[in-house]
Amino acid sequence: MSAEMGRVVRVAGPVVVAEGLERARLYSLVRVGRRGLVGEVIRLVGDQTVIQVYEETSGLRVGSTVVDTGAPLSVELGPGLIGAIFDGVQRPLPVMAGKPGGPVTEPFVRRGMDLPGLPRDRRWPLAYRVEPGNQVTEGDILLTVSETVAVEHRILVPPGRGGKVVRVGEAEATVTDPVVWLDDGEEPLTMLTRWPVRRRRPVAGRLDPTEPLVTGQRVVDVLFPVAKGGSATIPGGFGTGKTVHEQTLAKYADADIVIFIGCGERGNELAEVLEEFPRLTDPATGAALIERTVIIANTSNMPVAAREASIYTGITIGEYFRDQGYDVALLADSTSRWGEALREVSSRLEEMPGEEGYPAYLPSRLAEFYERSGAVVALGADERRGSVTVVGAVSPPGGDFSEPVTQYSLRLAGTFWALDAELARGRHFPAIHWTRSYSLYDTAGWFDRQVDPSWSEHVVWVQGLLGRAEELEDIVQLLGTDVLAPEERITFAVARLVHEDFLQQSAYDPVDAFCPLNKQLDMLRVIRRFHDLAVKAVAADTPVEKVMGMGVVGEMGRMRSWPHAEAADRSEALIERLEAEVGAS
Amino acid sequence: MTGRYALRRGLHTTEFQTITYVSGPLLFIERAEGVHFGEVVEVVAPDGERRGGQVLEVDRGRAVVEVFAGTRGLDVATTRVRLGGDAARLGVGMDLLGRMLDGSGAPIDGGPPVMPEAFWDVNGLPINPAARAYPSDFIETGISAIDGMNTLLRGQKLPIFSGFGLPGAELVADIAAGARVVGDDERGFVVVLAAMGITHREASFFRTRLEESGQLDRTVLFLNLADDPTIERLLTPRMALTTAEYLAFARDMHVLVILTDMTNYCEALREVATAREEVPGRRGYPGYMYTDLASVYERAGRLRDHAGSITQLVIVSMPDDDITHPIPDLSGYITEGQIVLSRELHRRGVSPPVDVLPSLSRLMNAGIGEGKTRGDHREVAGQLYAFYARGRELRRLVAIIGEASLSEEDSSFLAFAGDFEQHFVAQEGRRSVEETLDEAWQRLAPFGDEQLKRVSSETIERYRPQGRSGDA
Repeated sequence: MSAEMGRVVRVAGPVVVAEGLERARLYSLVRVGRRGLVGEVIRLVGDQTVIQVYEETSGLRVGSTVVDTGAPLSVELGPGLIGAIFDGVQRPLPVMAGKPGGPVTEPFVRRGMDLPGLPRDRRWPLAYRVEPGNQVTEGDILLTVSETVAVEHRILVPPGRGGKVVRVGEAEATVTDPVVWLDDGEEPLTMLTRWPVRRRRPVAGRLDPTEPLVTGQRVVDVLFPVAKGGSATIPGGFGTGKTVHEQTLAKYADADIVIFIGCGERGNELAEVLEEFPRLTDPATGAALIERTVIIANTSNMPVAAREASIYTGITIGEYFRDQGYDVALLADSTSRWGEALREVSSRLEEMPGEEGYPAYLPSRLAEFYERSGAVVALGADERRGSVTVVGAVSPPGGDFSEPVTQYSLRLAGTFWALDAELARGRHFPAIHWTRSYSLYDTAGWFDRQVDPSWSEHVVWVQGLLGRAEELEDIVQLLGTDVLAPEERITFAVARLVHEDFLQQSAYDPVDAFCPLNKQLDMLRVIRRFHDLAVKAVAADTPVEKVMGMGVVGEMGRMRSWPHAEAADRSEALIERLEAEVGAS
Repeated sequence: MTGRYALRRGLHTTEFQTITYVSGPLLFIERAEGVHFGEVVEVVAPDGERRGGQVLEVDRGRAVVEVFAGTRGLDVATTRVRLGGDAARLGVGMDLLGRMLDGSGAPIDGGPPVMPEAFWDVNGLPINPAARAYPSDFIETGISAIDGMNTLLRGQKLPIFSGFGLPGAELVADIAAGARVVGDDERGFVVVLAAMGITHREASFFRTRLEESGQLDRTVLFLNLADDPTIERLLTPRMALTTAEYLAFARDMHVLVILTDMTNYCEALREVATAREEVPGRRGYPGYMYTDLASVYERAGRLRDHAGSITQLVIVSMPDDDITHPIPDLSGYITEGQIVLSRELHRRGVSPPVDVLPSLSRLMNAGIGEGKTRGDHREVAGQLYAFYARGRELRRLVAIIGEASLSEEDSSFLAFAGDFEQHFVAQEGRRSVEETLDEAWQRLAPFGDEQLKRVSSETIERYRPQGRSGDA
């Protein structure tokens, strides 16, 4: 490590310019001023070093010292990540607030705190998977740690290392204790490793994402699924439900690990996650949600440059668990705030602005982020498979999707959940618009094999119905429903029923918040059967009002509250009733 | 006190007389060695008047200073700048209660100087999200459109999106006068008001209303009025919030902060950005306005292991009633919902003219239901929303095709929308939350049980008033 020292010549908000750091490299970590504020070199211009500082810069002056650490901005990887809450540069927020388990004694984030990401004093029980004499290569599993009930933390041979195991360590160790000695002539391995946040971690190969990330949200799973290893973008104006949707995915998606990045958003939203996640359980494992979750929190009032770093910190941790063979869901709320951080730093650098003041490199930075999603074969002899699915929320100004962050995100993400302000105002949640959204992932085969062979057929039916109703909507808006043929009126009415009784789903209802796939299909079956019967009934001259006004029709509105275990029986019973009542009319 | 600013002054050992440029609210100083970014300075005008200022940028020997009271009357030859060596600080103490101060914290009520117990940095520090306690205490405002549909909680920040000529101030004053937490000790709230660029008329309205409700001695007023220095407005909310943080987190009080009007604040922000020749963002507002607004709005909430709280009610005037204008838009992205006032309802005499469809309380779910308000609250509110949204949609349709072609069911939704506005949203006097929910059931009376799709049969059974059962 060099310890070269320079001097500040300019301070403008989060951007500091220094001179005298001749050996500084791009993306080196530096310490600025008396308090040692954390910063990163983002540009080199002649003898000037431009630094973005991850903390509030007031109090710095021309002549303040800058020390180059010589190392890039990195995250610490190892046991202790799960359940942790970090700021944008991986400082543990609860540790800042007071003694572990004790009361909050320091509720505010002070500057210049130098705290390690992972706890140093905790001793972990280890289960070695190798013994002296074994030959190992990069990515092989050396040992495992039961970090939580839900997560077995696998310690791998780091990229670039390998050789014969000479010795293994104790049955219990801290993250910095040596645990495995190799004959490669380098330092013994510890559980703690570091990885530069701006560099992607290497893999053996990439796979096509075809398996869906099951979310328990009907509109997502049926109409617009996202694949494990794929990416999705959710743009929506304020109040359209981005955050609730992200939180719902964090709760119910069938991922092994969830990384939740609160980037430039509200402090109370994080407080909500922190309050709920230890209480709520994962529907798949029954363990508390916090036992599979890593939280990165850089709220809107925390330093703006650290917002930019938070996304990279999060995705690097995601890749680390992917490499262990896990399916990781990374939820970033909101990428717009990250883009704005880029814009703010860019404008302080007096760069030529691109569209709407964003720097011209916005699309390439967004691409770097989204393209770190993927389904992969990890390094290592056992060819483990893992994935990182990226879901990025976007907050378009004025709810207008034509703005740059939304547009560039659309180019990159395979699934587009378009949140609609009109739906949100009528409290139709999730306010994902059924005709404007799309999914490019081919997951139909998986659903047909894993749930029921008729899954994709039902999906095609419901898409057709919604599309047809949307066409009819234009006519109805002008002329009313009277001008439609009876069969079209039924289509229109059944589509409305699908909107209200199927696509809407309450995130706050204990039963309906999560809907298993087979119940989703049961509900669709009932509605489809009703549609067939209703079309037949009106063809036989039964008035549309009579068909739609039957009490049994209202029953479909209560399907969402059916207990999951009873869904199969109750849907059959309801189909029988529909056949008896509607069929006989 | 010479001059009219009350920032704590440091030792002022260094003094510069090297001003080269005065422009809008800014001063540029050359050969300014040792100036700290963000520090407070004292500007001494040629006539000896002292004004507060803050360093916005340091670049080699040059420093850019924003002068809160404006640069009128300053020159480059004799104006001096003294360094304070520290961030802007406000003297805080219990002594502030009952006082009226100007936008930079100097008393203007003719009373004695405020005796501070400590000097706090007016910029505050970000609350550690891990130290926050999630809001969960229901505040009964007495207003059905809020309590029933967009519930306010203690520790929430909720703006009122108003428009010129709409009664935003009246609504906020009503809330400040009537807000109480059910089942709480009767201490109620301490009110801290930050007025930014409002008129004398509005300021005196607030003062009178607080006086009438007997709260004046539990109130701190920071007044920067329309004819006060513009740039001082950037300081005013920070003064108020520093006071609030002191009262809430050092003195365990429940504080209601009223910020009015943030539109004027944002315009001051734009003025400084323009003077600095920064790249403008949407409609000329600076690109960092989101971050700047967040540094104001996020200073609300509750802390774990602390008894006090800060609740913010913010008035945002939508220029031209445009909710997509950057000021309401960015506010809406930061605050925990919004109450939107409607010119159309106001014109029709609905008071308060709250348009519940675009209104929202993000924290509502944590503060309602059994044990907090009533068991039927969530479902009933959901049902009112669904019917009202449908009715409003039909109102548009009817404008084109006429009412005659509506089906019987659609006509009932249309009628509901009008009835809901006239009897639920509109109200005279205060309503308890029980009364609000009873009123809601009244409005739902024309509908059969099976039409109430958002309400479970158990809730109907338990809460629906007798005398009108379903016709299923």
